[in-house]
Formats: sequence, C-alpha cells, structure tokens
Amino acid sequence: MAVRPLESARMTDRFHLDAVPIRLDGCGKTFPGGARALEPLDLTIRGGETIVFLGPSGCGKTTTLRIIAGLESPDPGGRVLFGDEDVTDLPIERRNVGMVFQSYALFPNMTVAENVAYGLKVRRVGRAERGRRVEEMLDLMHLGEFAGRRIDQLSGGQRQRVALARALVVRPRVLLLDEPLTALDAKLRDSLRLEIDRLLRELGITAVYVTHDQGEAMALGDRIVVMAKGRVAQVGTPREIYYQPADGFVADFIGTMNRVGGTVRDGVLRIGRGSLPWSGPDGPVELLTRPEDIALASGEADAHLDGRIAAAVFLGDRTRLVVEPADGPPLTVDTAGRSDLGRGDRVSLRVDPARLLAVP
Amino acid sequence: MSACVQHGPGDLPRSAASPRAGRRRMGEPLRLAALLAPAAILFAAFFLLPLVRLIAIGAGGPQGWAAYLTTLADPGHLDSLASTLALSAGVTAVTLAVSTVAGLFLVRHRFPGHALLVALLTFPLAFPGVVIGFMVIMLAGRQGLIGTVTQALTGGKLVFAYSMAGLFLGYVYFSIPRVILTVMAAAEKLDPRLEEAARSLGASPWRVVADVILPALKPALISAGALCFATSMGAFGTAFTLATRINVLPMTIYTEFTLQANIAAAAALSVLLGLITWAALAVARSVAGTSVAAAG
Ligand SMILES: Nc1ncnc2c1ncn2[C@@H]1O[C@H](COP(=O)(O)OP(=O)(O)O)[C@@H](O)[C@H]1O
Ligand SMILES: [Mg+2]
Repeated sequence: MAVRPLESARMTDRFHLDAVPIRLDGCGKTFPGGARALEPLDLTIRGGETIVFLGPSGCGKTTTLRIIAGLESPDPGGRVLFGDEDVTDLPIERRNVGMVFQSYALFPNMTVAENVAYGLKVRRVGRAERGRRVEEMLDLMHLGEFAGRRIDQLSGGQRQRVALARALVVRPRVLLLDEPLTALDAKLRDSLRLEIDRLLRELGITAVYVTHDQGEAMALGDRIVVMAKGRVAQVGTPREIYYQPADGFVADFIGTMNRVGGTVRDGVLRIGRGSLPWSGPDGPVELLTRPEDIALASGEADAHLDGRIAAAVFLGDRTRLVVEPADGPPLTVDTAGRSDLGRGDRVSLRVDPARLLAVP
Repeated sequence: MSACVQHGPGDLPRSAASPRAGRRRMGEPLRLAALLAPAAILFAAFFLLPLVRLIAIGAGGPQGWAAYLTTLADPGHLDSLASTLALSAGVTAVTLAVSTVAGLFLVRHRFPGHALLVALLTFPLAFPGVVIGFMVIMLAGRQGLIGTVTQALTGGKLVFAYSMAGLFLGYVYFSIPRVILTVMAAAEKLDPRLEEAARSLGASPWRVVADVILPALKPALISAGALCFATSMGAFGTAFTLATRINVLPMTIYTEFTLQANIAAAAALSVLLGLITWAALAVARSVAGTSVAAAG
C-alpha cells in the first residue's frame, strides 16, 4: 500500500478505510447462450493495491469486475473472497463495494448532495452524521459549491467526481471502477486521472480499475492484469508489462513495439549488415524492441540496418520516425526532438543488443 | 364536448409535450404565419367555433347564463359528477398499479410466449366501448362466467355487470393495455447502471424500485394516468351498453339531451365535463413537465 506522507496522514485518519485483500478462485463465466466470456481465473489483489484490468474491448474485463462486485456470479466452482470472508453468494447490496461507471449513473432525481448521501441514508446513518460526512466528502472532491445542484447542471468531469464521492462516502471494502474516464474528453481525462490517483493513494483503499487505455493503466496501476479473449495474458507492474511482456500480444498491446528479423549462428546474431553476440539456438529469430531502444548509428561501423524515412512526426520532446528497411517490416524509432530529418531521408540504425526481447 | 376527450381506437397515448420546443429564428414572421394558417383554420373550424357555440347553447335556455349555476346546483348532477370523478380516479389508480407491475415484469423477464403475450395486450385497444361492455356482460352478467361459477360454488349468483362495478371492470380492462405499453416503453429506456449503483450502495430491491425505478417512470406514469383518467371521464359506449341508469356524467348528458330535451343543461354539463378533464390533464402535464426537467 503506497501512502504518500504529508497530508495523506490526515486524510486517511478522517476517511479511514480498511484495506481488504481480494481473492478470485477459479472464477470463470459462461453466459446463457453458451458464450464463454471468462476462462477460470485465479488472482489475488493485495489490500490497498490498485489493480488495473487492461485489454481490448470484449476481453472480459467488465465481466471480471462484475463478478467481484456481485453483479454476476461466477460459474460453479468459482469463489470470491474479501479477506477471509467468502462472498461468492452475497448479492452486491451486502458486499459493501463502491462502483463507478463510465456513464456516471448518478440519480437524476436527486441533487449532488442527495446523491452522495444516498448510501448513508440506505444504511440509516443519522441525519447529523450523514450531513457531516457528505460535506467532508464533497470538500475532498472539490465539490462543495455544487452540493445543491442538479446533476444535469454539471459537466462530465464533475459528474464523475460526484460518482466517486457517492461510492467512497460509505467506506466500501473495495472500489470498482469500470472505464470511468472513457466518456470524458482528453484534457479532463488527464486531470481526473491524476485526481483518482491521488485519492486511491491517500485513502489506501483496495481498488480495481478497468480500462482499455494502456496510458491510464500504466499511470494508475500498482499492478496491471493484461487480458485477451477471456484469459489473463500477464500480471505485473507497469514496468514488468512494458519491459518484459509475456507474449507477443502483450508486447503489441502496450506501447509501440518493433519486430526485427535476424539469424543466429554459433552465438552470433545477424541483423541486416550488423552482428551482435547472442545466446540461443541457431536459426532465424524474430526479436522485439521499443522505439526508444533503436538509435541513429553514429558511423558506418556500428550500423545494423539501413532504411528510408517514410514518416517523421515531431512530438516536441522527441521526433518519432517510421523507417522502412531494405527488407522486413517498418521500424518505429524515437530520436531527439531537435532532429531535422524528414521524409525520404536515408538513415542507418543501431539496435541496442541489451534491449532485444525474444518473446514466444 | 365529451367527444373531445374520448380517444379513438388505436390512439396511443402520447408523452407530455416537450418543454423545450423553442424556435430559434423568429426573423420570418410571414412565413411562420403562412405555415401556421392551415392549423389555425382547422383549429377554429373544428374546435373553437363548436366550443363557443356549445358554451352559448348552455346559456341559451330560458334562464340564460344562470343555467350553468342551476345545472351545477342540481343534486342529481352533482351526484353524477362525484361518482364519475370517483370512478375515473379509481380506474386510474388501479390501472397504474397493475400496469406498472405487469409492464416492469414483461420488460425484465423473457419467457416462451413473451412476444405473443405483448402482441395480445394491444388487442383491446381496437375495441369500441360497446364491445368492452359486451365483454363485461359475458364475464359478470346474468349469464356470465362469474355468475355461473359462483352459482356452482355457493348457490348464489354473483352479477355485477350492470352497475358501477361492471363499468369499473370494463374501464380497467380497456385502460390497462395502453398503460402497460407506455410503462414498457419507458422501462426499456431505464439505465440498468442506475439500479446497479443503488444496489452497490446497499439498497434492497424494494428501495431500488422506490428510489430509482419509480422516479424514472414518473413522467410516463403521469401522462398515461392522465389519459386513462380523461378516457374514463368521457367514455360513453361501455356505460350505455351495460345499463342506461348508471349514474356517470356522459350518461347524464345523454339523458338530458335525448330524453328530457333539456339542451341547455346538456350543453352546460358538457362544458363542465370538458373543463374538469382539461384541468386534470393540465395539472398532470405540468407536474410531469417539471419532473422531466428535474430529471434532465
Ligand atoms: N450479459 C451478457 N450476456 C451474454 N454475453 C455477454 C454478456 N455480457 C458480456 N458478454 C460477452 O462477454 C464478453 C466479455 O464482455 P465484457 O466483460 O463486457 O468485455 P470488456 O469489458 O472487456 O469489453 C463479450 O464477448 C461480451 O459480448
Ligand atoms: Mg467493459
């Protein structure tokens, strides 16, 4: 549980949340009609951890989240545990989970404050304490001035902050977020993402966050669960996922990855006209490497590959080149921002041997 | 006048008028006037002129305008008005309750025969009041199903077709389909995430109904209920089929008009019936309007 010092000490005192670990035990899901949305899944989420389910649309992220929430039950044999408690047969209203949806799902017939108070009212928290806790939560989310507003008078970002406040004010055992930023425009998405990040760290709550956006996943997750077609492709920290992808799918899904073909013979890997020391069986290989791990060669001597620039995109801090080598697929290469290379120029490239990945 | 609030067969209820139907460009008043002219002429010819004439006839008897007061003060008329209001309110309440439960059930549950059942539901929409009355007699009349069954079971024959109870049954039967269809249309548009959010906050299924589903259905229920109320206030065919002495306002108007030849009283009562029904609809529409605006 990563809690930043300073103001967070005060924050977690006031909104003390138990950091409950969650365990999924063989949780698969087959929908009536026979479609298997989720292969049996085993996963332990640590108390206070933010775990992100990442994958393309339809890969089973929402289904997994709904199994944790209690909105779907796993296929027979699957179990969901909150701490030591088996909650598999508890309906959502008795699991004490907080939910945040892409569509906000705020109650349109209630004001901002009434929305936030709803969970406390259902729990029969007394009027005075209810008012106090709602006010505190609205302040925490910078929503104090909107307390009396109707929902249709709020922007998307404000609505999602109300949804977060409504979910958190009841001190849930776990916070479940399903693509909470997807409906927002890019700029709001960034600022709300930072706010969610701050909140999750400060409250120390166990959180499960679903997204198809790898940028969000990398920024928010203590660990990322990459999913594909109802299976877990890899579980790991953002760095592990980025630098040691478990397979070609993860490699391609996270960031940009180049595929470089070469041949190994007697401990030497030949790529284009260059050669590097390499341990591995003899024969043709396909290796992966990131755009930042290919550089422009400083001289003829260290060049591995030659090619022609098919596109050059200036990104401010760097210039991203797409280079077409004599044979093989185009390579994406990051160079200095102040480069004056352009389309049609011929370049020689050097691959960093330490950064080449052999992936199944 | 009662014809104004009676609804033709197959006439589906419409939701309350949109409050935000504002026109952006007011720069072409001439074209606007030209466009509105046909509607204005129709409105005047088929609504305004007959209405004014009706109001005038009400005051055209020997008593003049005082006829309205006399008509209103008549205990028989007041009685008829009260029972018509009570009947319509009762029909509306029962219809809304039954249709909301049934409509929600039909939207939430799929079972074999679902589509057929929904299709069958629209059947009574096409029946004129006479047929509804006929069906009530077949069910609860002297040779009716209920009479036969109760006679076999208890020895006494239960017959209630030719009374207010029979009329009540007929109106509920006639009103339920269109309200169910309205509820179903509204319920299909409910966002399931709203209910899931409420449940995640600890709300029991009943609380979800009270706090999420009913508020979301409220505008549809109000407009469907208003139409149901207006239809019951003005319907005539069923009452006429069941018994000529059922004391509801449309029957009273008919009696005054054809049997007593008291045309002024009939006209005054018609205006009254129209006004009350119109007021009920207006109130319902404004309540529905504000709650729609509040719901965004
Ligand atoms: N209620 C349902 N009935 C049938 N199939 C469903 C249902 N919900 C989801 N699915 C299917 O399960 C798969 C996974 O869906 P989902 O978990 O929503 O994916 P994701 O959230 O990753 O986009 C999809 O193929 C989807 O069509
Ligand atoms: Mg999803």
